[in-house]
Amino acid sequence: MTLSNLLTITPWPAVSAALLLLLLMAALYFARGTAHQLLLAAAGALSRGLRVASHAVIHGQARLAARNREVLLAAGRESKERIVEREFTRVADTVRKDLAGYPDMHRRLSEAIQRIEEDQEKAAEVPPEAPGWAQAVKVVADLDKKNSSSEILSDIHKSLVKAHDEAMDLYRKGSGERHALLRRMMPDWRQIREALGHVGKSVEAVIGRSQTIDRHMQEYEAIVRGEDHAVSVLSSSSIVYFFISALVLAVATAGTAVNFTLIARPMAEMVGGTNFIGGFRTADIAALVIIMVEISMGLFLMESLRITRLFPVISALSDKIRVRMVIVTFLILLLMASIEAGLAYMREVLLLDEMATNALLRGEAAGSIAGSHLWITTAAQMGMGFVLPFALVFVAIPLETFVHSLRTVVGLIGIAVLNALALVLRLLGNGFRHLGALACRVYDLPLFVPLWIETRILAANGNGHATAATTEEAWKEARS
Amino acid sequence: MKRLLLLLASALVLDSCGPPAARNTGVYLLVDTSGSYNRQVGKAAQIALYTLTRLQSSDTIAVARIDTASFTEKDIIAKATFDDRPSTANAQKRAFASRLEKFVDQSPSASYTDITGGLLQAIEFLNEKHPARKEILILSDMKEELAKGYVRDVPLDFHGFDVVALNVTKLRADNFDPRLYMARLDQWRDRVEKGGGHWRVINDLDHLDGML
Repeated sequence: MTLSNLLTITPWPAVSAALLLLLLMAALYFARGTAHQLLLAAAGALSRGLRVASHAVIHGQARLAARNREVLLAAGRESKERIVEREFTRVADTVRKDLAGYPDMHRRLSEAIQRIEEDQEKAAEVPPEAPGWAQAVKVVADLDKKNSSSEILSDIHKSLVKAHDEAMDLYRKGSGERHALLRRMMPDWRQIREALGHVGKSVEAVIGRSQTIDRHMQEYEAIVRGEDHAVSVLSSSSIVYFFISALVLAVATAGTAVNFTLIARPMAEMVGGTNFIGGFRTADIAALVIIMVEISMGLFLMESLRITRLFPVISALSDKIRVRMVIVTFLILLLMASIEAGLAYMREVLLLDEMATNALLRGEAAGSIAGSHLWITTAAQMGMGFVLPFALVFVAIPLETFVHSLRTVVGLIGIAVLNALALVLRLLGNGFRHLGALACRVYDLPLFVPLWIETRILAANGNGHATAATTEEAWKEARS
Repeated sequence: MKRLLLLLASALVLDSCGPPAARNTGVYLLVDTSGSYNRQVGKAAQIALYTLTRLQSSDTIAVARIDTASFTEKDIIAKATFDDRPSTANAQKRAFASRLEKFVDQSPSASYTDITGGLLQAIEFLNEKHPARKEILILSDMKEELAKGYVRDVPLDFHGFDVVALNVTKLRADNFDPRLYMARLDQWRDRVEKGGGHWRVINDLDHLDGML
């Protein structure tokens, strides 16, 4: 039934329209209560559903945050344990090194001190002997004055001078010997000073290390206690490590691409240039496999050296097997690097061959492309082919950091996403609640005439207050 | 989820284990050696060499002349399917170029022009090689002249073929009445397209970039 048909229920379309409008308003008015309930119930259900969903998301976000916190603390704890372990190892090395030399140093010090004591004793000043002329003076005094005293005095003078000279000689000789002894003490003093200086440095180093260990231990304790500050520091560190390691990995990826370019073309000589596996050239896949094997060997080498700890099985191996693994992986890497250098050389040869063929086909002189400096590019390619596999070994370090920090960063991103989702759900829930009330008002809008009449009638009957209360209640319900 | 992963893995394995899809190209160059067009043989060699620079390992190329009776393998001057290894393929290209040079030096002139026979031979040759892309290049004025007794009113199956007419020179009569030239080209276009092929004309030999 179309609108034109409806307008023909009376001979006058305007009357038909008015009649229809009246009927419609009457229908809407009588269905008003039910319609309001329906709108409010639908909006309320949607609102409650969204709020429940929001609560669930918040709960999930809290669980994720707790898990992330645990992961962070565990990672921080492990990292601190490694640092403290390394510091203790360094202290142990210092102490072992110094203590190993301590008996020798002690013996040298004792010997030096003993020598100094002996020399000191020898260097003690001996009082000069009493002059020999005192007895002569006594003899002179006992002689008769009349005798030839002048001769005697002359003899005394002579003997006195002679005694004085002898005493002076003795004194000089003794002083010389003492000075020689003192000079001999000098190296011993220096030796003692050096030994003590070395001891002082060692002690200072140990003190410095102990202070570092103290600091790390304090941080470790904070992590173990699960302090918020520690979590915050670990979180920010993790994000920084993530971006730095991602940057280094991007550089490594570029290196891998260069490596791939070096060996992809010559690989076509080995496995064919037109074979495909799942849409990819077999030669390209083979080149990639070689690079991946090199990276794997690099990872194993780093693991065996205990520089990284991605594979607990390797770390747990006995030292003997680990050393064997280091040797084997290094030899494989060396072999791969040599193969790559050979392939890089082959690439240059193939490139020249292709260029020569194309030049011949184009009618150009083949010799024009060959230069005397081509050996530089050949050598550079071979060098890169040899060095890049070893350079890629160090990818293991940023990779480990990336993997560890990725967990935290993904957790943080997840928390942020869940937070945003919870907010959106909450907003939508509130929006639907208000939308229900708004829908009721929109429903009432075309019914303003019967509603006005109703209000008037109820007011006349004294029930206006009750109606107003009902409306207010409906509004409150909608808002709740 | 597990089922989906299993399905994807199976699809990948099946894809990699199935027969590999052909990706190579087959080119058959027909060179008109009749009458005055025999002078254009040098250009034919130039086109063939250019084609060689564009071809890769596993591609196929053949150069044949159009003479009085072209539906024969004897008219194939040189043919090669390049090896999988790039270095061997380069050596093959050089050998092919050498054979072409000899042909240019000793090209005999033909009395008639059996283009249809040459096309039949090209179709047969390329269909045998099963390349992914089949291209027939014709260096001719496209005026067919058959000797008495030769029947060439046969349907040609050009499905999967690109037919490129190169350097279609205008004859003296075409200059008097260009409609002859256009009618000739239209006739060949109809014939190729009715056979399911794709027809192109390239007269500017300095711009062969879009040929392959």
